[in-house]
Amino acid sequence: MFEPLKPVPPGRRTALGILFFVLFLGLWAAVTYGGIVPPLFLADPLKAAQAGISLFTEYGFAGDVGVTIWRVVGGFVIAAVFAVPLGILMGAFKGVEAFFEPFISFARYLPASAFIPLLILWAGVGEAQKLAVILIGSFFQIVLMVAVIVGGSRMDLVEASKTLGAKRSGIVLRVLLPGASPQIAETLRLVLGWAWTYVIVAELIGAQSGIGHMIMDSQRLLDTGQMIFGIVVIGLIGLVSDFLFKQANARLYPWYFLK
Amino acid sequence: MSKLKIDTVSRVFPGVRGGAPTRALEPTSIAVEDNDFITILGPSGCGKSTLLRIVAGLDQPTTGNVLLDGQPVREPGPDRGMVFQSYTLFPWLTVRENICFGLREKGVAEKQQAETAARFIEQVGLKGFENHYPKQLSGGMQQRTALARALANDPKILLLDEPFGALDNQTRALMQELLLGIWEKARKTVLFVTHDIDEAIFMANRVLVMTARPGRVKCDIAIDLPHPRHYTVKTTPEFAAYKARLTEEIRVESIRAAQDEH
Repeated sequence: MFEPLKPVPPGRRTALGILFFVLFLGLWAAVTYGGIVPPLFLADPLKAAQAGISLFTEYGFAGDVGVTIWRVVGGFVIAAVFAVPLGILMGAFKGVEAFFEPFISFARYLPASAFIPLLILWAGVGEAQKLAVILIGSFFQIVLMVAVIVGGSRMDLVEASKTLGAKRSGIVLRVLLPGASPQIAETLRLVLGWAWTYVIVAELIGAQSGIGHMIMDSQRLLDTGQMIFGIVVIGLIGLVSDFLFKQANARLYPWYFLK
Repeated sequence: MSKLKIDTVSRVFPGVRGGAPTRALEPTSIAVEDNDFITILGPSGCGKSTLLRIVAGLDQPTTGNVLLDGQPVREPGPDRGMVFQSYTLFPWLTVRENICFGLREKGVAEKQQAETAARFIEQVGLKGFENHYPKQLSGGMQQRTALARALANDPKILLLDEPFGALDNQTRALMQELLLGIWEKARKTVLFVTHDIDEAIFMANRVLVMTARPGRVKCDIAIDLPHPRHYTVKTTPEFAAYKARLTEEIRVESIRAAQDEH
């Protein structure tokens, strides 16, 4: 088991993954039922589950989940639609890169959450402000990572395409782009995960709906069960979207995943 | 008029960080006639690949110029097909799509692309592998696809930069026969760079020996072996005589190249 880089059989792999969840749940149960942590600070697993059921049945939590997913996907898609082409242009053309790269490298370190007060001032507390937070958080990251991926394209393939008669647009569209696509898709998967953290922050301040808003409301009522359930739901949605993204990538780019 | 005229082409690479510039290629002139199969034989680092890259238009000469059918070469183009030593198939395209790449760039109709691809797939013996991705192929099959990809463009001249260098000996021998067979049928003009003496003699009608860096053409030897050449030609006394001569020529250069490294 501790042989470096030795593969683990798939059955054991799954078992080990599940084992961690079981241990985690066990630890949680032990500290809550054992009275080590008072219920005021941490609800026990059963209470959290019950809180979850009542959230869906009594408080219309499904609506909050829907709104949050909509915001994440909306902000992320807008960011990707502009960031991916810009990143490709930066990666392909060194002049474009020289023009944008310094500013975007700077902008990347501006924390999206720090813009929230400013964005509320500009866009109010409506949907535009929520989308803008995710847009700011995702856009610069995607641009830079896509630029690096495209810039690292194999020079030998570019040269081969030139000897086959490819001109500028052919090189960009039919050599650089398809070669970089699987890694761009992986980057988008990664950034979508980050977008989830931005949306919750955006919803903690000045929101009337969404998972973050529910968590904030629960804090006022000291309902740790609901808060924990909300956090778990975010994790589950992240897991599902990650899985779907991976499946889509494997289907779109079979050549990339060949052994 | 020669098919390809390399006229006093030299290449000096500028020094890195104030270092001395590297003279990769001394002024070199070569005339390639139509249907020539020329192998350029030289020790590693003698500038033979640099010369080929200049002919392909992937590198610019410091002096001199290259004329193809009387037209100066300035940039890469589909009239000079190239097969590289490294595997340069597009990994996201299947064998068939790789072979069609140049035709597609040219805007050839899809039906015609498919016909051309089928013909070259047949020629290089890749029937049944049309829909495989490069990663699913052996090194020899990848280079056969690369050869078909270059040939499908119907180039005026075929440039081969140690295309079989990464293959094992047996596969390499089979690839040589395959390429020679194609040349005997299609009579393409070929410029083939190698450091393998047997390979150089077996396929060529002319072998150019290059000196160690800075490279220049040291001698130009006509290979007068009959066609079609069978692999058994490699064991004939005539072949052995060529080999003895070229071994001497190249050995001196290899020793010089090795000494220059110290």
